[in-house]
Amino acid sequence: MIGRTFAAGLLALGLGLGLGAGAALAADEFIVVQSTTSTQNSGLLDAILPGFTEGSGIEVRVVAVGTGQAIKNAMNGDGDVLLVHARAAEEKFVADGWGVTRQDVMYNDFVLVGPSDDPAGVRGGQDIVAAFKAVAEAQAPFASRGDDSGTHKAELRHWSEAGVDVAAASGAWYREAGSGMGATLNLAAGMGAYVLTDRATWIAFGNKQGLEILVEGDPALFNQYGVILVNPEKHPGVKAEAGQAFIDWLTGPEGQAAIAGFTVDGQQLFFPNAGS
Amino acid sequence: MRELPILAEAGQGASHAGIEAKGLRIGHNGGALLDVAHLALTGPGPTMILGPNGAGKSLLLRCLHGLIAPDAGTVRQDGQKLGAAQRARQAMVFQKPVLLRRSVAANLDYVLRRRPLGRAARKARIAELLAEGGLAGKARQGARSLSGGEAQRLAILRALAAEPRILFLDEPTSALDPAATQAIEMMILRAARRGTRIVMVTHDIGQARRLGHDVAILHRGRVVEHGLAHDLFAAPQTDTTRRFLAGALVI
Amino acid sequence: MSLILGGDSELWAIVLLSLHVSLMAVVIAAAIGMPLGAALAVGRFPGRRALIVLLNALMGLPPVVVGLMVYLMLSRSGPLGVLELLYTPGAMIIAQVVLVTPIIAALTRQSVETLDAEYSEQLRSLGVSRLASVPTLLWDGRVALLTALLAGFGRAIAEVGAVIMVGGNINHVTRVMTTTIALETSKGNLAMALALGAILIGIAVTVTAAVSLLAARGERTGLRHA
Ligand SMILES: Nc1ncnc2c1ncn2[C@@H]1O[C@H](COP(=O)(O)OP(=O)(O)OP(=O)(O)O)[C@@H](O)[C@H]1O
Ligand SMILES: [Mg+2]
Repeated sequence: MIGRTFAAGLLALGLGLGLGAGAALAADEFIVVQSTTSTQNSGLLDAILPGFTEGSGIEVRVVAVGTGQAIKNAMNGDGDVLLVHARAAEEKFVADGWGVTRQDVMYNDFVLVGPSDDPAGVRGGQDIVAAFKAVAEAQAPFASRGDDSGTHKAELRHWSEAGVDVAAASGAWYREAGSGMGATLNLAAGMGAYVLTDRATWIAFGNKQGLEILVEGDPALFNQYGVILVNPEKHPGVKAEAGQAFIDWLTGPEGQAAIAGFTVDGQQLFFPNAGS
Repeated sequence: MRELPILAEAGQGASHAGIEAKGLRIGHNGGALLDVAHLALTGPGPTMILGPNGAGKSLLLRCLHGLIAPDAGTVRQDGQKLGAAQRARQAMVFQKPVLLRRSVAANLDYVLRRRPLGRAARKARIAELLAEGGLAGKARQGARSLSGGEAQRLAILRALAAEPRILFLDEPTSALDPAATQAIEMMILRAARRGTRIVMVTHDIGQARRLGHDVAILHRGRVVEHGLAHDLFAAPQTDTTRRFLAGALVI
Repeated sequence: MSLILGGDSELWAIVLLSLHVSLMAVVIAAAIGMPLGAALAVGRFPGRRALIVLLNALMGLPPVVVGLMVYLMLSRSGPLGVLELLYTPGAMIIAQVVLVTPIIAALTRQSVETLDAEYSEQLRSLGVSRLASVPTLLWDGRVALLTALLAGFGRAIAEVGAVIMVGGNINHVTRVMTTTIALETSKGNLAMALALGAILIGIAVTVTAAVSLLAARGERTGLRHA
């Protein structure tokens, strides 16, 4: 009765779209990978996943969130595989029984990015802890992820080694974005702040404005990625076989080669090191 | 406007339904908005109800039509207490009629669909009604875009579509020009001739003289006089009526 | 930019998914919200006032909270986990239904109640019961109801917080316009994000115009068959 004509029109449109989209979504098998924004924003997963799907017939659906949220989602069973970069948290995840085993996959590195006028004078340094000390002394603006992600955890480690209590500076020169890497980079670009970022996201980032890399190459800046199968004993819904197939591929010769072959602007962003 | 043979036949020889109110009372702040000891409408009609603004004319029609329950008293139709069956044989044209937000034809169809009529019969009936009301060319126009007079006519046609035995009309020509007034008076008289009891509120004394068989004067919720129109206008029995007819009575 | 204007098929898939999710959500929300709103408008029962206040308050539900609630329901460790709906368009539709139903119900309640005040005596005089008057009130209030539907659709199609949480923004599966805009913004592709935003606005305008046209037609044909 309610507007027969247009209600019917809406319904037809809705159902038509529904069937169309339904057909498009009817793939074979799929797994859900809980991963981090850095792997997605850099374009790595988009580039290498089709190779796996072609060979195995398994579609990989990537949910890209901060490492902290990815681990929590995986603990809820909302994913079959966890691919993140926060070693201590990963090992705890496995030790607590949420995951089966943890394997190294690859690493990339973090860089300290900042405004080109470099008020803290850290340009060219190779010691990240020294650079952080200088930023704190200059009280130069610093943008932090503030989201419990792998990058955020790494940053906090450097602060504590530098002996700086950032909690005291929070809201002053230390700004916590509480968001992903990209949003934090946008924030840093907007206020001309220093920011710790993974190199992959930085290279692919399109809104650099006056920011540039100031500190890189410190071994402490290496960023190891690990992959874990979510424990099917905790969550019977976990697709253990397909998930393990993906892990085997990713850490095997094919996956490792695909990772090594992924470049942006001619630069290799991730360095495979499975089994090393 | 042409006479409708079907309707004329249907009404032939039908006796008018009687309606009778006893002890009707609607109290308000210690006083009474309506206080009608006895009002019997059993003659042939039409019955004209007159009275100053706020006298309670509209309230009385609402009570007789069963839209509001009085605090006390009863309304009977042909000796039966007013119930769903009785109300189904009544119709009312409100002082401010509400036309549905649909076409002219759909407003009539809305009433006809409630009756056991086929699609074709309804269409034919709509055409008849529109012709009677001089709205034949307006079937598809939005009812809300009708002129005031056209809207009044449609409201009356819609009330007639239910083929009521009793038709209450609350100032159906209050805002109309003489031609429209005359057209509506003709429609009312035709309905009366077909056997529909007409109970009509008006402020137009000339209209009451033209249409009324009997007249009731209402003042402060009471029926102060009820009699044959000719007698009442020629020789009012109460002082209130005299003052009202002389234009000297306000509430 | 040229990618967008060039009718890129990936982009079209995203646009279609957005429309699919939001239209389904609005259709379902209307099926729930309109009868609910009408019942609140014409019904007389204890607790009615409180329900209306609650409904009006629910119009402002924060999407992120809705997303979180729906996530907790649909998570494998949640009560509805067995449905395996998380990270599917179905989950996004559910979240949007939760967001949109109060809007449609509250606006329906409002317009039906206003119309009822005008119509009730007339309809009673025509022999229509309270319950039977509901379809009449909905039909005669169709213009206002259409506005309610469009308000709901606007809320649904523009929403990002809830769908990103329960949909996961998975490429080719649950990536819709708003989550793509969020993603492109986070990649610093501001021009791309803006262009997508322009498309989103274009779609909103187009859908509004199309539905309004349909409604105008409905009004005309309504004269014929109602
Ligand atoms: N719901 C109500 N609450 C309080 N008073 C009311 C209500 N309805 C009507 N009244 C009062 O009852 C009185 C009679 O009203 P009614 O509408 O019957 O007058 P009327 O004789 O039709 O007048 P008019 O010629 O102006 O149409 C008026 O004083 C009016 O204000
Ligand atoms: Mg009146």
